[in-house]
Amino acid sequence: MLWLALHLPLLPLEVFLRGHADTPEESGSAVPPFAVAEGHPPRRILLPDRKALHCGVQPGMGVSAAYGLAPDLLVRSRDIAQETAALEGLALWAEQFTPVVHVAEPDALLLEIGGCLRLFEGLENLTALVREGLSALGFTATLACAPTPTGALLFARHRLETAFTDLPTLRVHLARLPLDGLDVTPATLTALRDMGVRTLGECLRLPRDGLARRFGPALLVTLDRAFGHRPDPRAPFVPPPRFRSRLTLPVPVPEVEPLLFGARRLVGELAGFLTGRGAGVTRFLFRLEHDGRPATGIPIELSMPSRDATHLNALVRERFSRTMLPAPVEAMVLDCEETMQLAPRNFSLFASDATGTEQRTALVERLRARLGREAIHGLALVPEHRPELAFREAEPGTTSTPESAGAVGSVGGMGSAVASPRPLWLLSKPEPVAEAALTFLSGPERIESGWWDGHDARRDYFIAQRRNGALVWAYREHAPDGSTMKWYIHGLFA
Amino acid sequence: MSANDPDLESLLLRSQLWRGDRRAEVAVPSEPTGHATLDALLPGGGWPRAALTELLVRTAGIGELSLLAPMLARLSRQDTWIALVAPPHLPYAPALAAAGVALSRLLLIQAEQGADRLWAMEQALASGACSAVIGWPAFVHERGLRRLQLAAEHGQALGIFFSSGQATSSSLAALRLELHPADARGPIPGNDTAPARLGVRVLKVRGPGIGNTLALDVRPGMPVRPQEPSPPPAARQRTA
Repeated sequence: MLWLALHLPLLPLEVFLRGHADTPEESGSAVPPFAVAEGHPPRRILLPDRKALHCGVQPGMGVSAAYGLAPDLLVRSRDIAQETAALEGLALWAEQFTPVVHVAEPDALLLEIGGCLRLFEGLENLTALVREGLSALGFTATLACAPTPTGALLFARHRLETAFTDLPTLRVHLARLPLDGLDVTPATLTALRDMGVRTLGECLRLPRDGLARRFGPALLVTLDRAFGHRPDPRAPFVPPPRFRSRLTLPVPVPEVEPLLFGARRLVGELAGFLTGRGAGVTRFLFRLEHDGRPATGIPIELSMPSRDATHLNALVRERFSRTMLPAPVEAMVLDCEETMQLAPRNFSLFASDATGTEQRTALVERLRARLGREAIHGLALVPEHRPELAFREAEPGTTSTPESAGAVGSVGGMGSAVASPRPLWLLSKPEPVAEAALTFLSGPERIESGWWDGHDARRDYFIAQRRNGALVWAYREHAPDGSTMKWYIHGLFA
Repeated sequence: MSANDPDLESLLLRSQLWRGDRRAEVAVPSEPTGHATLDALLPGGGWPRAALTELLVRTAGIGELSLLAPMLARLSRQDTWIALVAPPHLPYAPALAAAGVALSRLLLIQAEQGADRLWAMEQALASGACSAVIGWPAFVHERGLRRLQLAAEHGQALGIFFSSGQATSSSLAALRLELHPADARGPIPGNDTAPARLGVRVLKVRGPGIGNTLALDVRPGMPVRPQEPSPPPAARQRTA
């Protein structure tokens, strides 16, 4: 067993700030100095952000004192529920690395990585991937690796980025760690310090029975687990059946563009969640929450399941850019109710067609996300004599049944062996034309059809040339009583 | 002196000798147009791939799509899209199928706004999912063209766009052809085979050949001019 501990020292701050870009050019507007405070209403500063620190705001400071240093300081009360939600979101995301993820509340995750080191080509590669992923999601973490989960967590909480893979080395270094960070009551810590005990090693050297009598069994159990003398079972995180992640924005955002930054964070979490379960998504929903108004829903649909963050982000960008915001956005939620199993992409010996299909589908989706679903289509043939009904708009990629070359020669395919040419352009609305403007080259071709469906057509088609040199497909229409005849251009031999 | 002269022949075989009648070979990856006389004029022997081609057309219906049909038919046998962006009329499926184009490979993209048209063309060109992208942008500014050119290079796609702009204005397209009816001057007495021909003038090309003109028979199945003057077409009396 090998455990990787991810400790998030700035979690209370980051749950508020990660939805907003740091740089003004990305966020559109600069965020004022920000701090998270304990208490409701806020009383004591817990964590100031970089700008607040720069103004002199320190952790532990009273809120009023902080306002004195930074008048535009934005203070929010610590939101434990949101921190837990963020940790669970991270646990979902981390399942792409290992199936055994444990949430060590309030501020850490434990990943059992002994079984997946080879897959990720070594510990260094794996930690680099985890670190990169975390920073893309907007979290700062200390990563420590040890054969025992408690040991790994202790190092991470002391901000020591260590990587011990065998027990003897771990025990040597663990013995030198100070006592704080142990999961015991503050009273126990104080009592131990008063006894002159400074490090874990000194603590272990005390007589065990006396230690147990004085402080209860919990201290010894924790120590034994850290040093690997006692098994340390960790309940794996059980993922909820559906993905849901919420992002609070530090300041309400009135425009769409800055929202994309936070949306990318949420999509990154979703992508990790999907990778962990070998699944893809065909439909997910962004809900943009406003103050005192119903939320704006932005559904995003795909025609083929995907978990590619780049592709999903491109779709989100297109959909967002077409959205009008009724009010500033306070928070956003990504909700994904159903996922579909997605075959893992294997490295194929032959240039795989699968990538081609994916590329083609991705293009259609991207176009539809911006231009609308109905703006993108394919063509299919319909066996019908009336020229304007001999085709239909179809889903791109549809193969029409009479597409074989032989059937096409007989336009309409209804047994008539008409081989006369058809124009490449059809006018959606036939254009009236004066007979004198046309020089007739061939015709007529009588097309008479549709008496049964009320769209009776009785037309004589001619190929004609206009004065400007264009070849057109013109017809004259017989009025029902046969008295009048009008000329129309129906197509262009482009 | 004839070419059978052994000394001359051995000289000609030597690669050090440059012959002035040969056109400089320019390595332009291209897709044959399907019209041999046009291919012969173009440096790579066809429509340049991973590049833009501009077709200047002032009159619709002179054979401008038929010019592309052989290329479309061949590319439609590949497993990629052929995108038509904002066509001005309905591309007529029976005629396309009759020209040998596999309809299932066609991707029709409707876009009203000029910006959307350019965007769609750029997306399609860059996607790597399209072998050819044919577009009718409302207008193309230089920056837009540059983006399209980059997209075509990125996606290795053949980009063709129609314009009605000035033949003289410069363009970033790798190839520019002006299309016109070969006999726009009106009926030619006694000439029965003229009407279906398409005139092509090379405005810009990578390599020699600027200013060349030719007339192509791009619509071979079309009827020739009837002998009797028109109107009336014969059928008119029959139905009346």
